[in-house]
Amino acid sequence: MNIVIIGNGITGITCARNIRKLDSNAFITVISEESEHFFSRTALMYIYMGHMKFEHTKPYEDWFWNKNRISLIRAYVKTLNSKDKTLHFDNGKSIAYDKLIIASGSIPNKFGWPGENLYGVQGLYSIQDLEQMERNTKNISSAVIVGGGLIGIEMAEMLHSRKIEVKMLIRENLYWSNILPREEAQLIGKHISAHGIDLRFNTELREIISDDQDRVKGVLTNTGEQFECQFVGLTAGVKPNIGFLEKHELETERGILINEYFETSIPDIYAAGDCAQFRNPKSGEPAVEQLWYTGKMQSETLARTICGDKSAYNRGIWFNSAKFFDLEYQTYGQVLPEINDQQKSFYWEHLNGKHAFRANYSNKDESILGFNFIGIRFRQAIAEDWIREHKTIDFVIQNLKKGWFDPEFSKAYYNDISHSYLQSLKGGNEE
Amino acid sequence: MKDISLSIASPSAANPLQKMGAALTACAILCSIIAAFGVGKSHPLLFFFLITGLFISGGIFYSIPYFKAQAGIKNDGIMQNSLSSRGAIAWGIAILMTGFYIILYWFPYYLEGLIRTMDPLSMMLRGKASDQWFLYGAFYTLAVLIMGMRFIAKYKFSRYHIIRTISVMFFQLGFAFLLPAFLLKLNQPEFYFSYFWPLKYSYLFPNDLDYLIQSGNLGVFMVFWGLVMTFIATPILTYNFGKRWYCSWVCGCGALAETLGDPYRQNSDKSLKAWKIERWMVHSVLVFITLTTALLWLNSWKSGTILGDASGLFSQWYGFLIGSVFSGVIGTGFYPIMGSRVWCRFGCPMAAILGLFQRFKSKFRITTNGGQCISCGNCSTYCEMGIDVRAYAQKGENIIRASCVGCGVCSSVCPRGVLKLENLEEEGRFIPYIRHEDKK
Repeated sequence: MNIVIIGNGITGITCARNIRKLDSNAFITVISEESEHFFSRTALMYIYMGHMKFEHTKPYEDWFWNKNRISLIRAYVKTLNSKDKTLHFDNGKSIAYDKLIIASGSIPNKFGWPGENLYGVQGLYSIQDLEQMERNTKNISSAVIVGGGLIGIEMAEMLHSRKIEVKMLIRENLYWSNILPREEAQLIGKHISAHGIDLRFNTELREIISDDQDRVKGVLTNTGEQFECQFVGLTAGVKPNIGFLEKHELETERGILINEYFETSIPDIYAAGDCAQFRNPKSGEPAVEQLWYTGKMQSETLARTICGDKSAYNRGIWFNSAKFFDLEYQTYGQVLPEINDQQKSFYWEHLNGKHAFRANYSNKDESILGFNFIGIRFRQAIAEDWIREHKTIDFVIQNLKKGWFDPEFSKAYYNDISHSYLQSLKGGNEE
Repeated sequence: MKDISLSIASPSAANPLQKMGAALTACAILCSIIAAFGVGKSHPLLFFFLITGLFISGGIFYSIPYFKAQAGIKNDGIMQNSLSSRGAIAWGIAILMTGFYIILYWFPYYLEGLIRTMDPLSMMLRGKASDQWFLYGAFYTLAVLIMGMRFIAKYKFSRYHIIRTISVMFFQLGFAFLLPAFLLKLNQPEFYFSYFWPLKYSYLFPNDLDYLIQSGNLGVFMVFWGLVMTFIATPILTYNFGKRWYCSWVCGCGALAETLGDPYRQNSDKSLKAWKIERWMVHSVLVFITLTTALLWLNSWKSGTILGDASGLFSQWYGFLIGSVFSGVIGTGFYPIMGSRVWCRFGCPMAAILGLFQRFKSKFRITTNGGQCISCGNCSTYCEMGIDVRAYAQKGENIIRASCVGCGVCSSVCPRGVLKLENLEEEGRFIPYIRHEDKK
């Protein structure tokens, strides 16, 4: 079997590795335009900040690919010919496949802002973006970041490490409030501000202003303010990278349309990761999953299907994590920005504003639905078991110690949390 | 791949206070060199205060920005800094330190002036004049204390790091510097209660034991202490806490690596090849010293009739090759190039024994938290022992490696809180995390 994978990100590579584990005879080829070897995209910020070099971000040594007989091709796929099952590259060469897996990832969103193509204006997704950012931020003093998501805060931290002044334009009135409940959004917003980042809430980009050499010199906002800057980071999300399929009959919408087996509209072509879009996502789950974790889980399932054990994707209990400057964030299960009328929520925050805990639960049977942890590390397996087994909020609060994952000798807060919970029961001042 | 453009990124401007600290430290080194050329002999007290004062104030200035900053990981610019990324400054320091060791071991007379600056302190503590080893001990302890302060400042967010750093500072100052000096003053054997066989290999050599036993009751206790620590305490402590109880909490070599060596921890080689070399080397040293010890006892038992001088020669060579060249010249001199734990990783027989316990019979592990690893590589990069931590973490496996000294920095630098050092039940420590949905 001749398997060709487009994309050497976490999805494509996890797929290749898992196919090799299940099938020692398959021919596996991975095509990437971006880099010769797989690297961790999540670590790009640390290269810029000088915590690591590019070589440190490669999870496998270079001999690994040969040893596991995974061929790597550095090329850009220009066209897909699904009738005679071949891919054509920009360098004129082509390759045939029996099964094709598209894991081409994302590109940064642009929304047609005036000036979005000026020099010094960019998003951050690929290694080329990072190289460009290195050039664009050389010897500059101030930057504006548009969008208050995870890449936005990464960019802010990167620029801050080079002593560049950063303003962030955030459409909502709180940081990341489309994901975080109000209290967490406020806490994290304060932490970011304490690091010297100028957060501008309720502010949208109107126009990027150019100097006479097509370089950015400032931005104009919807509030009529004008900010001088030599760099603009566009971090208003990412979208599936499917431009090379534009003229192809493969069905796409926002992403490549797939079913729960990652099958596209054409036999023997599969898609997974950031570039794929579920036709019928389960209720409460997004159609396009753009996370490291989901890319990894999707491709593990897909590898089984490719190797003959047809398996449907089951994302399991939701989890995610992030870090905002020095604040770590972990979430398990369902914690939406606002609870609905069938839910209750308990929230605890340390006076120092560096640790917070939230548990959402059903108001019918008090079973736990989800957690947010800020400045607290918690065991994933325990959180998931409790959610899956519908443990009650009382049980959870009493047993927090079991899942506590903070380093040894750290101050533990489970007693404070439990105390605060009992107080809230007495006072009845739950949300 | 245009990696080069990324690795030569412009460094963030160094803090003026840190520049000041570096300048003061350079002055201290300069004063030491001047003293060594003879001036130290005529003005010992002046140069003693000048050198220690400059070193200490340099360390304080260097640490102030860490104390003032928001608590958190402070690794910005490490890969662009010449000092920490094998640049010209790193090579300069490596040559300086290696040179110092060579002179110290084989040409101590060039240090005469510097040694004399330590006379006042040596007289006070030991009741006798300084020698090269007292000078070395004083510098060593000073380095651990000053750079320990810097380490505490840098990792002030972590009580684990603060406590264990205070621990290594305490053991270095108290057990490896002051106590042996006082023992000398009291006309007792100069004994290091924080070093055991096989790191302090001679503590189980027949000659040393004879000497200790004949020196009186305290000497007998020292023999007893050495035996108990090597054969009883070490296995029990390592079973319960992993080798870290020694390597990053007590040991003097570990103390220097964790403090003076911290700026270089990222330079350890993480490749599979380096791991193979490490296993061959460190276990060979262990076999070598065990054989040497056994031979010496056999010889002593047969009153020297079987082997004659051969076993003595054997131990002399071990002392030269391993005790001096490896642990000192290469082990410390190469910090800036090969990372802070070269000796601990490739040469220390104590680490080898503790490692075997840790790998096969211990409650210690670094737990990986479920499927949360994002493969970023911070853990592997900052592992001073050259363990590819990420290789385990990204598979949901716990990290159980013979070489892990339990410094805890991987857990600190992890941006997703994936790693936790802990002692749990021995059973099940090798079982990886498997998603509930994937369990069959």
